[in-house]
Amino acid sequence: MSAVAARPATAPIAPMLVRQSFAEFIKLIRVPAFSVTSIVLPSMFYAFIGLGQAKEPLFPGAQVTFGQYFLASMALYGVANVMVLGFGISLANERGQKQDLLMKSTPLPAPVYFTAKALSALAVAFISIVVLSLFAAIAGGVHLSASQWLTLFSRAMLCSIPFIGLGFALGYIAGPNSAPAVTNLIYLPTAFASGLFFPLRLLPHFLQNIAPYLPLYRAAQLVWDSVGAPIESGSISTDWLYMAGYAVGFFALALWAYRRDQGKKFN
Amino acid sequence: MSGPAVELTGASKRYGDVLAVDNVTLAINAGELVAMLGPNGAGKTTSIHLMLGLRNPTAGKARLFGLDPKDLKARSRIGVMLQESGVPGMLRVEELVRLFCSYYPRPLPVVQAIAMAGLEEKATTLVKDLSGGQHQRLYLALALCGDPEVLFLDEPTVGMDVEGRRRFLQEIGDLGARGRTIVLTTHYLEEADQLAQRVIVIDRGHVIADSSPAQIKARVAGKRITFTTTQQTDENMLAGLPLNSQQVDDHRVRLLTNEPEAVLRELFRRGVEMRDLEVSGADLEEAFVAMTHHEARA
Repeated sequence: MSAVAARPATAPIAPMLVRQSFAEFIKLIRVPAFSVTSIVLPSMFYAFIGLGQAKEPLFPGAQVTFGQYFLASMALYGVANVMVLGFGISLANERGQKQDLLMKSTPLPAPVYFTAKALSALAVAFISIVVLSLFAAIAGGVHLSASQWLTLFSRAMLCSIPFIGLGFALGYIAGPNSAPAVTNLIYLPTAFASGLFFPLRLLPHFLQNIAPYLPLYRAAQLVWDSVGAPIESGSISTDWLYMAGYAVGFFALALWAYRRDQGKKFN
Repeated sequence: MSGPAVELTGASKRYGDVLAVDNVTLAINAGELVAMLGPNGAGKTTSIHLMLGLRNPTAGKARLFGLDPKDLKARSRIGVMLQESGVPGMLRVEELVRLFCSYYPRPLPVVQAIAMAGLEEKATTLVKDLSGGQHQRLYLALALCGDPEVLFLDEPTVGMDVEGRRRFLQEIGDLGARGRTIVLTTHYLEEADQLAQRVIVIDRGHVIADSSPAQIKARVAGKRITFTTTQQTDENMLAGLPLNSQQVDDHRVRLLTNEPEAVLRELFRRGVEMRDLEVSGADLEEAFVAMTHHEARA
């Protein structure tokens, strides 16, 4: 208290962000219900659906194998799963326990808190792709060129970003008890309807009509393209545009939900 | 450093139809140990939330060190223990304290913050596995870890056992003695009496008294008479006596009066059987009851 004049007014942001991100990562990983479903589930689906026909061509005469194609599908399923469930359920729980009240009384800036959450979720998402890729390569003998691996990883990670906004919005809209049900109810059918588990042409006609408007469908085109599978949407640049649009839309929704919640509690 | 550490100026807070805090003006200077005292629902927590910028005043304003309380520069100089706020259960005690230390410009060493809260043996325990009293001590560690100039404690001893509470209050008293500004809310009168140099009594959103515990006691002239009776206590026993207040719990009778001699003479005349008879000066509790006696309280 004697050295009031000499002390800096606030703590430096960078170490704060590092510590906060690390803490958020630990919080996520220590909940088995989350870490197991995020990291193991994509590989498990791969074992059930992909392994048996991993070496076969995707369709007669195709260069790309089903193993490569399904690796891309599950990589996307995994990263988006982390964002929607990880963000949605953990935020809803933290709000339910009034952790936001405590955080709000500290000098931790809200943007640092949310950036740390996003970074920790991205780290879990990255781990889930690594585990899935190792599994597909070792158990399924899937082979990709170095540039294909790089493209797959970077596109899957980029495609996860709009889902951060969606998870965030769900976390502020859903209550702690309903969050798991709501997020699963939205996420699973959407993944299915976007053709991540079965090719679109095998799905009912009405789903084929809806699919092009789903964010996971657009993201799927991008990851399939990265392993050399033909895309259904016709144009990669259109898919990128859609993803950018979803990112803007979901983050706007998240911001609205956040402000609504904060206005109720802290006004 | 000039100006008060904490300031409310004509601050009001309305929730729907309820005016939780009504035109409160007060200033707390550096080094003061202040207890905000009042029954449940009096507006203590809302006042603290206004001071901290967790709520925006409907009218008036709140200042911390002359700054907007939302200003991170102001928040960096305070430590806070709030009622019912949650903590991440999946972190260990030392992980959480280390994290909180990173929020502040000049934090205490992690080990010291944990030791001050008496949690050394639980440093590697997951937060979710702590008991209720240990949770409160964790909140104290989190409040202290930034080496704050002002400490806000909202009902800090709720849920603690007797021994935990004694230790905790001792710790707070020591912190105050070392010159830290402390703002404490409580509805335990003895806590305020024991700790604070200044007591602000809040009732129904108003400040109804703001002075030293001794002065508040002096506001209640008269004496307290307490005794136990084996007789059936009925209204006739105390009827017509010159009492300021009366309280009968089971067979324990507490009376507050300006004329203790007359009251006792009349009680003897009526043949009321009394054991453990005590006559003493009014304590803070009587003062408090007298000030807020507009309705019956348990």
